[in-house]
Amino acid sequence: MTLADAKYQYLLRMGDNALILGHRLSEWCGHGPILEQDIAITNIALDQVGQARSLLQYAAQLEGKGRTEDNLAYKRDVMEYRNVLLVEQPNENFAYTIVRQFLFDAFNFLLHKSLVNSKDEHLKAIAEKSLKEITYHLRYSSEWMIRLGDGTAESHQKIQTALDDLFIYTGELLTPDAVDQTIFEAGIGPDLTALQAPYQAKIDEILQQATLQKPEVKYMQSGGKDGRMHTEYLGYILAELQFVQRAYPNMEW
Amino acid sequence: MKAPADYAHLEDQFQARIDAEEKIEPKDWMPDKYRKTLIRQISQHAHSEIVGMLPEGNWVTRAPSLRRKVALLAKVQDEAGHGLYLYGAAETLGAERDDLLDELHTGNAKYSSIFNYPTLSWADIGAIGWLVDGAAIMNQVPLCRCSYGPYARAMVRVCKEESFHQRQGYEIMLTLARGTEAQKKMAQDALNRWWWPSLMMFGPNDAESKHTAQSMAWKIKRFTNDELRQRFVDITAPQAEFIGLTIPDEHLKYNEETGHYDFGPINWDEFWQVVSGEGPCNRQRLKARRRAHEEGQWVRDAALAHAEKRRQRQAAKKDQKVA
Ligand SMILES: [Fe+2]
Ligand SMILES: [Fe+2]
Repeated sequence: MTLADAKYQYLLRMGDNALILGHRLSEWCGHGPILEQDIAITNIALDQVGQARSLLQYAAQLEGKGRTEDNLAYKRDVMEYRNVLLVEQPNENFAYTIVRQFLFDAFNFLLHKSLVNSKDEHLKAIAEKSLKEITYHLRYSSEWMIRLGDGTAESHQKIQTALDDLFIYTGELLTPDAVDQTIFEAGIGPDLTALQAPYQAKIDEILQQATLQKPEVKYMQSGGKDGRMHTEYLGYILAELQFVQRAYPNMEW
Repeated sequence: MKAPADYAHLEDQFQARIDAEEKIEPKDWMPDKYRKTLIRQISQHAHSEIVGMLPEGNWVTRAPSLRRKVALLAKVQDEAGHGLYLYGAAETLGAERDDLLDELHTGNAKYSSIFNYPTLSWADIGAIGWLVDGAAIMNQVPLCRCSYGPYARAMVRVCKEESFHQRQGYEIMLTLARGTEAQKKMAQDALNRWWWPSLMMFGPNDAESKHTAQSMAWKIKRFTNDELRQRFVDITAPQAEFIGLTIPDEHLKYNEETGHYDFGPINWDEFWQVVSGEGPCNRQRLKARRRAHEEGQWVRDAALAHAEKRRQRQAAKKDQKVA
């Protein structure tokens, strides 16, 4: 794999993660459990879609085929998307949203803390801006993990269920493949294996405060970031996200 | 209880303050009817912001470009923020947000009828920004000088954002109107559906409006419904012309003598139908709001329970230290 290919794939992965998670969060807009949280979740959605734009713009530039952020977002089908499986999981209820966010934020925070030292100046600049936002996201989702875990019996049960369901998607976050390896060797991104211990430590710390049990997982689900596999949910996300551009192709909006 | 004579004296003093353009603040004496009128108006306004998130939120996941998606999300979030300030302003009058929400959920409280119309294409997002936020600005700019201080101040913040929304909506329409035939058709169709409901946003004709006279005397309202509606038509008609869209009113015509646009009769039957709860989306809107509230109950309960646990733990820690 050439470094150029690896960089393009790496940026697609990051951009798709941000876009699909932003999409899921944006589904709450107008339907939040309380006005203040509606605003907070929409805020995170805005950050995620904003990050997706910067990342996909850069990916398109790296690809060098004259595509734009919108071409990448609106014209790729399921098997061309490179987001991790975790972010495409549905909202179900507020507990699933919080767990998904927390499990992703804890990873994303460590990733960006490392990317601010990237040898790639453009990615470094994006990461510096995003890190501020992600630091807030992690604080927000951690606080809600604790609130719901150590709230009522009902909330505890709901968030434990969500955690049990979603934990199987954490494996691929920090399991490096050839793309990650190439990026690491070029000094552009972190050695993912080195982030595994701090990731588990963050999870343990918050679960302990939230009085939640860490699920024992025999088999992790993976395949999103390397394009081998997605869950059935992604097709519906894209059907919605891409509807206008698919129905009315090649127009300016 | 004040004796009637005292009350009359207080009312006179109150009116004198209003006439002198003084702002009434939460702790000041005010007639009960003034308080009630304001709570009704401010809470209706707050509900409108919140219910208004639904038709526009309907297109967030389908926005046609990432740039548009970000702008729409930010706009809908602004509306949530407006709702928050306004509930806050109503609370300064002694109302509770929970009670006000109950009124909304039981269908007793009103909200702007415009949000009972469906958003069927992307152009509807442009039409809402241009026309609905545009009409909201006409209504709200005078409210920045409303006699009740907290409401007036909330409106200053809100109006800045609304005018941004209006420009953004108009720009969406402009882009569509200058686009392909399909896009132009989409834009015209949206204008056709949103025009008349937008004119209805100003409320009944002055002769039919039961609250206008008292609200004008209290300087809650500064202009009548018909005055504001005329101003809206005068500003909007040339904007439509500029982007090459046709307002669906065969009577619409600039009147050289009056310096205003004449326009055709409004279908007041439709207006009253929607106000009474039988518009195209009344049921869905209320259902969506109720569902969000009911499904959020366990989340709010958990937040309260957790806060209480923390408080108790901290108190216990303090006791230990003292002992
Ligand atoms: Fe608003
Ligand atoms: Fe607005």
